[in-house]
Amino acid sequence: MSIFEYNGCALVAMVGKNCFAIASDRRLGVQLQTIATDFQKIYKIHEKLFIGLSGLATDAQTLYQRLVFRHKLYELREERDMKPETFASLVSALLYEKRELAKDFVVAGTASESLYGACESMFKPDMEPEELFETISQALLSSVDRDCLSGWGGHVYVVTPTEVTERILKGRMD
Amino acid sequence: MESVFGLVGKDFAIVAADSSAVHSILVHKTNEDKIMILDSHKLMGASGETGDRAQFTEYIQKNVALYQFRNGIPLTTAAAANFTRGELATALRKNPYMVNIIMAGYDKDIGPSIYFIDYIASLHKLDKAAFGYGSYFALSMMDRHYRKDMIVEEAIDLVDKIIMEIRSRLVVAPPNFVIKIVDKDGAREYAWRESIKDAPVPGV
Repeated sequence: MSIFEYNGCALVAMVGKNCFAIASDRRLGVQLQTIATDFQKIYKIHEKLFIGLSGLATDAQTLYQRLVFRHKLYELREERDMKPETFASLVSALLYEKRELAKDFVVAGTASESLYGACESMFKPDMEPEELFETISQALLSSVDRDCLSGWGGHVYVVTPTEVTERILKGRMD
Repeated sequence: MESVFGLVGKDFAIVAADSSAVHSILVHKTNEDKIMILDSHKLMGASGETGDRAQFTEYIQKNVALYQFRNGIPLTTAAAANFTRGELATALRKNPYMVNIIMAGYDKDIGPSIYFIDYIASLHKLDKAAFGYGSYFALSMMDRHYRKDMIVEEAIDLVDKIIMEIRSRLVVAPPNFVIKIVDKDGAREYAWRESIKDAPVPGV
């Protein structure tokens, strides 16, 4: 039993033209049993910064609480939001990992292998927000349908300089 | 194996748990109360390792009381659930508590709610939740029959259907169950469902 496959997750993020999109599935499971179909895996740190956490749900919740704590302290001291690059350094320091900045897309979770394939074939650089939303949604839904531990819909955030759109996807509910 | 399940109704929440205390092949007692009343408007149904269950639920109950003493107002259900998750998460990688919890509460401006907290401290707010081998039957029955805004009689009817299912389909089925309810009037015991009674102890 791997702790990365205990709860099940699918995460994908893509960069477009002056915008980005981040999407996740909605399932919370305990191995073969589904507990909830509305579980949040993408958390908002501030208006222009989102983080998706895959793997063991309890650790994702703990890590999110620690990150929000660090960011709130930073906000109090600096009187401004953290830049994404700074936040990425914070996360990688917390995880003892070397971060890599991707210029196209990143994937994570139990469906990551399918997601790599789907994104590699569907992605184009410099997509507008609407096309980016379509692409990321199709990549997510087609990948989770091949993974029994993730799915039950999708949650997509599309962020542009002026607004943040949050949408729920209805996929195969099984 | 212990079963605990809970559901949210129109303006109340119900938690039911089996009441057998088992040690290997021996049933110590059949009227063990596994649903702790945390304060006037909160319930915590717990299943898992017996010692951990008793100790951890009492620890949470006393801390909920302490907060009220110190601050003059009670914790909300969400706050109590998050506190419980924090305690489980802190202990997780040192000396984990093997306790699965369904916490139910009624808050004045929010209404009823239940929180699912498993033994590795995953927290989620739900309308219906279940733990143990009984969960395979409880969750399916609830998926079929549960509706939002059920009245008490309908919810108890569903609970009874679930208990009947567990009794008839689980090979080592617990015979007795306790049902507790929490609503605007507070948290209290609602009923026992007993098919086996302990032999009465003769008075001296």
